[in-house]
Amino acid sequence: MKNKLKLLILYLIPFFASADWLDLNMPVGVTDISKEVFELHMLIFWVVVGIGVVVFGFLFWSMWKYRRSNNKTPAKFYDNHKLEIIWTIVPTVILILMAIPASMTLKKIYDHEAEEGGIDIQVVGWQWKWQYKYLDEYVDEAGNKQLSFFSNLTTPQDQYEFNRVEKGENYLLEVDEPVVVPINTPIRFLITSSDVLHSWYMSDFAVKQDAIPGFINVAKTKINVPGVYRGNCTELCGERHAYMPIVVEAVTREEYDAWLQEKRNIAAELAYLTEKEWTVDELLATGEEIYTLRCAACHQADGAGIAGFYPALAGSDIVINDKARQIEILMEGVRGSQMQSFAEQINEVEMAAVITFTKLSWGNGTEADSELVIPKDIVDYKNREDT
Amino acid sequence: MSAVVENNDHHDDHHGPRKGIWRWMTTTNHKDIGTLYLWFSFLAFLVGGAFAMGIRAELFEPGLQLMDPIRYNQLVTMHGLIMIFGGVMPAFVGLANWLIPMQIGAPDMALPRMNNLSFWLLPTAFAILMSTAFMEGGMPGFGWTFYAPLSTNYPNVAFFVFAVHIMGISSIMGSINVIVTIMNMRAPGMTLMQMPLFTWSWLITAYLLIAVMPVLAGAVTMLLMDAYFGTSFFDAAGGGDPVLFQHIFWFFGHPEVYIMILPAFGITSHIISTFSRKPLFGHASMIYAMSSIAILSFVVWAHHMFTVGMPLAAELFFMWATMLIAIPTGVKVFNWCATIFKGSITYETPMLFAIAFVVLFTIGGFSGLMLAITPADFQYHDTYFVVAHFHYVLVPGSVFSIMAAVYFWLPKWTGNMYDEKLGKLHFWLSFIGVNVTFFPQHFVGLAGMPRRYADYALQFAEWNAISSVGAFLFGLSQLLFLYIVLKTIFVGKKATPRVWDGAEGLEWTVDSPAPYHTFETPPKING
Repeated sequence: MKNKLKLLILYLIPFFASADWLDLNMPVGVTDISKEVFELHMLIFWVVVGIGVVVFGFLFWSMWKYRRSNNKTPAKFYDNHKLEIIWTIVPTVILILMAIPASMTLKKIYDHEAEEGGIDIQVVGWQWKWQYKYLDEYVDEAGNKQLSFFSNLTTPQDQYEFNRVEKGENYLLEVDEPVVVPINTPIRFLITSSDVLHSWYMSDFAVKQDAIPGFINVAKTKINVPGVYRGNCTELCGERHAYMPIVVEAVTREEYDAWLQEKRNIAAELAYLTEKEWTVDELLATGEEIYTLRCAACHQADGAGIAGFYPALAGSDIVINDKARQIEILMEGVRGSQMQSFAEQINEVEMAAVITFTKLSWGNGTEADSELVIPKDIVDYKNREDT
Repeated sequence: MSAVVENNDHHDDHHGPRKGIWRWMTTTNHKDIGTLYLWFSFLAFLVGGAFAMGIRAELFEPGLQLMDPIRYNQLVTMHGLIMIFGGVMPAFVGLANWLIPMQIGAPDMALPRMNNLSFWLLPTAFAILMSTAFMEGGMPGFGWTFYAPLSTNYPNVAFFVFAVHIMGISSIMGSINVIVTIMNMRAPGMTLMQMPLFTWSWLITAYLLIAVMPVLAGAVTMLLMDAYFGTSFFDAAGGGDPVLFQHIFWFFGHPEVYIMILPAFGITSHIISTFSRKPLFGHASMIYAMSSIAILSFVVWAHHMFTVGMPLAAELFFMWATMLIAIPTGVKVFNWCATIFKGSITYETPMLFAIAFVVLFTIGGFSGLMLAITPADFQYHDTYFVVAHFHYVLVPGSVFSIMAAVYFWLPKWTGNMYDEKLGKLHFWLSFIGVNVTFFPQHFVGLAGMPRRYADYALQFAEWNAISSVGAFLFGLSQLLFLYIVLKTIFVGKKATPRVWDGAEGLEWTVDSPAPYHTFETPPKING
């Protein structure tokens, strides 16, 4: 019997230890500010618990003590000025005591000044992904091309839409390119939006700032502990509001520098790829990959779109017949609609590939009768614009 | 305060209601219109509740099971709009229609034809809003707060705008009626400070409505202009300001949430005093507290916007102003506790709902105080913690108070007693359901689950499943409520005029059911 009990306990301990749904409270986080916010949260929590115990205790005691069967004749009083004054003043004092630390912490959070050795990252909300621009980092020798990338959800549709496969550990909290930042470094996130409102929420840093078109909101943070931190968009931004997570990888300074170097290498490689001759099969393979990741959410995997929201690409006149217009739409977006400009989101190769993919899919055309798009077409479009 | 029972038998036969459907279409009688409002709000409560069941069914487990996220957003939006503008507000207007004339000894509302119009505008507005369900693009899916610029590019937004306009006109007309009635038709000798608290709470509510409904009308009109006439009020690309929208919306929106709670304060005061068999403690301070809350409601709107990037000074101001609201709200709770203290208390269904109101509304107030702490709000904002907070003040707050009021005054309206056993069963099912639904949402909110998510990370799965079970319990037990009301109307036992032995006030001096016309000669008030 005793052994069985022991076994049960031994079995239960790892169960509860691993069950992170038992975390009922706000995370303490990994920055000085997040710790302060947590303490503030616990302080106000215990204050209201204390008030609750006193008030509800008195209420329940009175309800029990003065039930009809115990007290036949009710008292007649209906006013007491002294009491009224006391229970106005006491809460006021408690509130003032509460407001002081809250105001001090708020003042610290509002220190937005740039610091020596700090990093500025512009965060742009898009429907439904985040773009990160490292304002002081360039990926080419000449210093023309800023380090900038988009961060898309990578949880496969099979996991969320059709529930066909088991959900992964980081279900809806995983992206293709996380933001990489060094620890112990002041980082300013300069947050804005390119379309509707979004909100950049990273619980572990106690940062939540709305991304608003036409505004730049600042959130400054300094991460103390290396690790991978996951967050969400917290302002309703349309259909795929739940599908634009945030992943921040906090690493040491050396790892950060190595990551920057890798980014420069990839950029150099891409410059070469744009010049290369592409076969239709290569374009189709890349195109399908891009389509599934970037386009299928709206235009659907079968190209049928959603009536009233997103036009169909299958059978679309523009896709079939108007190569120039299709390039233009992808490069510039469509004003007044949710179609964005993809000029910065995908590179020239990927854009050519995805256009080729749409032209050859869903019965839109065959290799023989369609005018294909190659990376050089996109480069030409960009150059035409420059002149 | 006491009154003389009048004898108006000789009047009833040739002033009775018309027969059939025309009675309800053309009625100018405050009791008929009150009944219409109450049934309309109950219908809306069921429809909005069905939408909530859809939401909770989808959230029962992670992944998309029942609907795509577009449909999910539509359910979230329509649930909010229907519950606020179709459920809670019309229920309070219905109670106002039934009770205010009887509480102040007036024969009817001051403007009876406008009263009829203000009711019939409501089904019209909801028909327009619901018609979008049958259109390409479907119902609005931008949240009940319809933040620009998401809403400006949304299909069918014009129908939403016109529906809101018509609801606003209806509310304003109803409020004018309440104010004019209270100001001009009180029985001779009844001073303002003597007025019953439910009537007082509605007087304040009516002023709030008149002040903020035009602001909402302005917001939706600007939205309409942006969407269809090429203006750029809220479009940054055209020089507009998306944050301006939120300032305008919440200047309406915050008083709006007090519009949905002040009448509940009035109702609770009556019920607690009746079943404690003791006069309400601090009648005057209750009135001052409600007035302070109403005035403060105009200077706290931006606490809904702590994360939009306002300057430090504004954040501090709105934090402090918001914390101030806890003071008059505390005074009200203390007054209710002091009313119960040394009473002779029985626990009939209305009293159970009223006590649950005091306790659970206060819990909603506690989380409200936590949300006021701006730095902590950066964590709470737009998570399920907020959802838990406002459902605690709205469901076991406003909705419980409406149910309490129905049980309390139903014998007066129908002349029959409800079934006490079933009433208590309804209370306990609702009480358990509400807490199982909304308490776990505090946990997932603190752990970081954002609101308005059709799908969520795995760590939130267990509490969401529990919350969904509670929601279905709460939703289904409202069918019992419907059954109890119908049973009361058709087969209930006869009620006495006073109904409750601790009841005080003019409405308890007339017969049960209240005659079609009451107080055609004003009662005498002995101050």
